[in-house]
Amino acid sequence: MTVLVIAEHDNASLKGATLNTVTAASRLGGDIAVLVVGSAAGGAVEAAAKLAGVSKVLVADSAAFGDQSAENVAAQILAVVGASGASISHVLAPATTYGKNVLPRVAALLDVAQISEIVGIESADTFVRPIYAGNALATVKSADPVKVITVRTTAFEAAGDGGAATVEHVTPVADCGLSKLLGRELTKSARPELGAAKIIVSGGRGMGSGENYQAILAPLADKLGAALGASRAAVDAGYVPNDYQVGQTGKIVAPQLYLAVGISGAIQHLAGMKDSKVIVAINKDPEAPIFQVADYGLVADLFEAVPQLTAAV
Amino acid sequence: MKILVPVKRVVDYNVKVRVKSDGTGVDIANVKMSMNPFDEIAVEEAVRLKEAGVATEVVAVSCGVGACQETLRTAMAIGADRGILVETDAELQPLAVAKLLKALCDKEQPQVVICGKQAIDDDANQTGQMLSALMGWPQATFASKVAVSAGKATVTREIDGGLETLEIALPAVVTTDLRLNEPRYATLPNIMKAKKKPLETIKPADLGVDVTPRLTTLKVVEPPKRSAGVMVADVAQLVDKLKNEAKVL
Repeated sequence: MTVLVIAEHDNASLKGATLNTVTAASRLGGDIAVLVVGSAAGGAVEAAAKLAGVSKVLVADSAAFGDQSAENVAAQILAVVGASGASISHVLAPATTYGKNVLPRVAALLDVAQISEIVGIESADTFVRPIYAGNALATVKSADPVKVITVRTTAFEAAGDGGAATVEHVTPVADCGLSKLLGRELTKSARPELGAAKIIVSGGRGMGSGENYQAILAPLADKLGAALGASRAAVDAGYVPNDYQVGQTGKIVAPQLYLAVGISGAIQHLAGMKDSKVIVAINKDPEAPIFQVADYGLVADLFEAVPQLTAAV
Repeated sequence: MKILVPVKRVVDYNVKVRVKSDGTGVDIANVKMSMNPFDEIAVEEAVRLKEAGVATEVVAVSCGVGACQETLRTAMAIGADRGILVETDAELQPLAVAKLLKALCDKEQPQVVICGKQAIDDDANQTGQMLSALMGWPQATFASKVAVSAGKATVTREIDGGLETLEIALPAVVTTDLRLNEPRYATLPNIMKAKKKPLETIKPADLGVDVTPRLTTLKVVEPPKRSAGVMVADVAQLVDKLKNEAKVL
């Protein structure tokens, strides 16, 4: 039995989400093979081979994978599963926009169900996953021969180094030619990524404007070495880009400290951050639902409290 | 050019669902049901493409119980031209829905299928990608901007860390993210007009699709609750608690 982990990477290095996915794979029993589908992906392959618990790294390297299109990556995963002669029992990818884009294609073409965003593993065929924005946890059992799974990365620790996996090259599939990447606009920031940050400072509609958001929250985040996040309301109001969004339809985070500023606490937002270790809420409305999940609540005008906090930490 | 838009009937996003005491699922008896919000964005986008003269027909499809007719009427009130209900009382999982939609795509031959990126009940985020794979079509998921021209679509996608723009050949599947558009409110005249638009009902067997679920739900429980915290009087006390009690600063 082999568990195949799909590496998320930028060719030069592995994305952190891959490490959490390897830990989930280690809970299933069996060998762990990491598949790197990329273009000149030597750096990512080297990092994958060092991960504790990984016995093999499979590499499909081709210029056609430069775009990381879902069509090509899924076709490569299918080729690897097919060539394994039914020895691959599970295919795991992180439940990031990358994994969510690619893996359902793999499941459909294998004619199996996908089990999305698992947060727990009961056995090799039984998994726990949140439904209804995390307001319920379902335990589901799969009857399919191959289990295709995306992993909620906050529910599993990151795998460490210490392994020495063998590296094996596989024949890359041909470019399907259905899709072309025209460009990427990635938010450039010296701050940590939301998914990896130990502290997150998050703002909601209470910020009032994008200018206020930057003027009030950015200095606090910089002083704490924190990532910046936002509620859907703040994204909808145009204060910040969508990739700041924490919640059911944005990013799911679980930092050591989550500071919710001017966020009322809609269930869709709570779904994205309620597993944080410590939650602090600052809101002028004492009835705001965010206070029901906050470890420390401060009823105050954020425009006074946040600068004071920035000065005090 | 025809656009197909699948719409799902789900528990309204304002309802906080309760887990049944016997652990078999969530209690959806007597709660408000609505169209999945991402599907509403999909209908709006399709109707805008029709209004812009790019599309000629917008067909809404729903799979599920008879009451999904209401969801289809809502889609038609926004501006879809007709509706197809694939009626069944069986539990439908994303793979089964993707197969039903594939059968309808084979029959209807749309150039674009616009799906919501995820339903807010099962939070699966699978159906659009699965349909695209089964059809052998390209996909552009989590779209925040869509432009369609002769034989191709240019789609801006929301990805972790920013945006990416793809050019895909048609036919194709696009799934919507929340910033793609703001769906209009259906006006009363349009709601009345929608009642007269054609709505066809078929069964999964008519499409030759086996919808048997692949996953069995063993139990559904409430997530662990966070214990209530404390209120602090001022910023100084907050900093003290974070440093000395929680030890996170």
